[in-house]
Amino acid sequence: MTPLLIIVAYLSLLLFLGVVSSRFFRGTAADYFLASRGIGSFLLVMSLFGTTMTAFALIGASGESFAVGIGVYGMMASWAGIIHSACFFLVGIKLWSFGKKYGYTTQIQYFRDRFESDKLGLVLFPILVGLVIPYLLIGVMGAGVTIEKVTAGALPSLFAGSGSGPTGVAAGAVPYWLGSAVICMVVLIYVFFSGVRGTAWANAFQTIVFILLGIVTFSVISDKLGGAEKASAMVQEENPHIFRRTVRPDDPMTRHHGLEQAYERKMAAWEAAPESERGKQPKEPHKPRGISQLQFLTYMFIPLSVGMFPHLFQHWLTAKSAKSFRLAVIAHPLLIMLVWVPCVMLGAWATSAYIAGKPVIPLAFSNPNAVLGKMVADLTSDALSGLLTAGILAAIMSSLDSQFLCIGSIFTNDIVGHYVQHDRLSDRQKVMIGRIFVVVIVLITYLLAQTRPGGVFTLGVWCFSGFASLFPLVFASVYWRRTTKAGAYACVITTAVLWVYLFAQSGYGANREYLVAGMMPVAVMTGASALALVVVSLMTQPPSSSTVAKFFPDAQGPSSGS
Amino acid sequence: MKYVVYGLIIILAILHQDWWNWDDSDTLVGNIVPIGLAYHACVSIAAAILWAAAVKFCWPVGVDEVEEVASGGSSSA
Repeated sequence: MTPLLIIVAYLSLLLFLGVVSSRFFRGTAADYFLASRGIGSFLLVMSLFGTTMTAFALIGASGESFAVGIGVYGMMASWAGIIHSACFFLVGIKLWSFGKKYGYTTQIQYFRDRFESDKLGLVLFPILVGLVIPYLLIGVMGAGVTIEKVTAGALPSLFAGSGSGPTGVAAGAVPYWLGSAVICMVVLIYVFFSGVRGTAWANAFQTIVFILLGIVTFSVISDKLGGAEKASAMVQEENPHIFRRTVRPDDPMTRHHGLEQAYERKMAAWEAAPESERGKQPKEPHKPRGISQLQFLTYMFIPLSVGMFPHLFQHWLTAKSAKSFRLAVIAHPLLIMLVWVPCVMLGAWATSAYIAGKPVIPLAFSNPNAVLGKMVADLTSDALSGLLTAGILAAIMSSLDSQFLCIGSIFTNDIVGHYVQHDRLSDRQKVMIGRIFVVVIVLITYLLAQTRPGGVFTLGVWCFSGFASLFPLVFASVYWRRTTKAGAYACVITTAVLWVYLFAQSGYGANREYLVAGMMPVAVMTGASALALVVVSLMTQPPSSSTVAKFFPDAQGPSSGS
Repeated sequence: MKYVVYGLIIILAILHQDWWNWDDSDTLVGNIVPIGLAYHACVSIAAAILWAAAVKFCWPVGVDEVEEVASGGSSSA
């Protein structure tokens, strides 16, 4: 019951923060969507970091570390530290300056102007929205699963639970559908009333919460495991491959053998059952195989997605000045480290930790994304369990809010505002339309999340890959004045076609280890989209001199080379 | 100085590959953190330092004096 009460208290606090920030709302569209371009350094760094850290950071990092090993930090986190800051510094500041100068609210407005193409917006719109939807699902699904796990036994008179095993719901647990609904409602309320200022305030608060609670949880769990040294020694003994990026033939791989034994038992039961009563055939566990050099290297392309996230673009535009970016550029890698290192260590320890001769995570446990929640529920006090859950929810909600608002902003400004009423909409009407779209998007996301498509991490990787493959478009638009409208189309279409093709080849995300010639699919997609952009731009007519003068004021002549 | 900073960032990206700790699960920093993770935590710290240098020495020209010239995103057909 205690964790549930803490979660309720935390969500109430968040709502209170939303109400307070809404008092600063000036009633204009510029204030609702961009906080009147008045966000300073501290709020900017917190909102950028909170937005980029999703359920990935806490649930995915520990889950992947549990499944693959500590190499996940190098692949995802330290690359992100280098590349995210590069995106903020090289792309974000430039786009902020264009946004302020020419009054943009959304990415699509910028691209329409930069490439002198109204229809490019129509092509980009479904792609950007379509790629944000899985990202939203990651958050809503992560929240529902986390609440369900942590509240097991809290309300037995209200929720009887259903079934047993990994897919069953424990008696008394707040069910997935309800937990995810509550999270959607809380985010909806503060986004609805206070717009981007509310999300910035909430993100700052939530970022502080999940960093602090992550560190506290790390410390408490390591104590419970008999100290950090003992926990690490157990990994070296039971599953040493988790502490490196290779797998040796003589590795004990205790956890993998446990999974194999569980699989054999399930298979025997499945085969023994009458054919008419057989359920789904059990899946054989993957044998650990380490991380290849090429896979590790090509993961660097995934964090490029930050350069193209429409919700990040919107946060960039809220900055008070270019100087507001300085802290974000410098502090971002450190904040990533503070969040990821404890999570990766906890995930690694979970593979091999024993207390009184019993594994902390049962050897047959096959859901890596639930590892952190289980450790917290089993090893910490009810109060800390509730607080950590609040921290996980904070990480999730600090991304959800920006994404909901961003999609509302895109619909309002790039579709309704652009086509239906053009410039005749009043500020009040724009805010109202934005709010209506936010409600509709939250509802659609919630309903989609109830189908629980794919795994949280797999969805994220594909979504990030799509945005990353569009990075050449934004980078070239800022730095290469010879980039043409046709080049932009070529880049977008190449990305879309390759994304659909490779996603299908991976079994629609089912094959989590899918690589193309040993590389992450994102590397192929980004390379191809960049190539298409360059080749087609060089083959087509350069942009007009007025556009070049507008975006490259230092250019010597119209569309002259690089 | 600008090129030195960008050059160092590229070197950091190369060093990120970390061939030398690839197969090492025996070395624990402080008897706790596997060397492969500790190394990459240092990469994160180095990234922060190098981006601080970029902010100081490679700051983009003209972005501090931006003035608004339009109130909404225009578009061309």
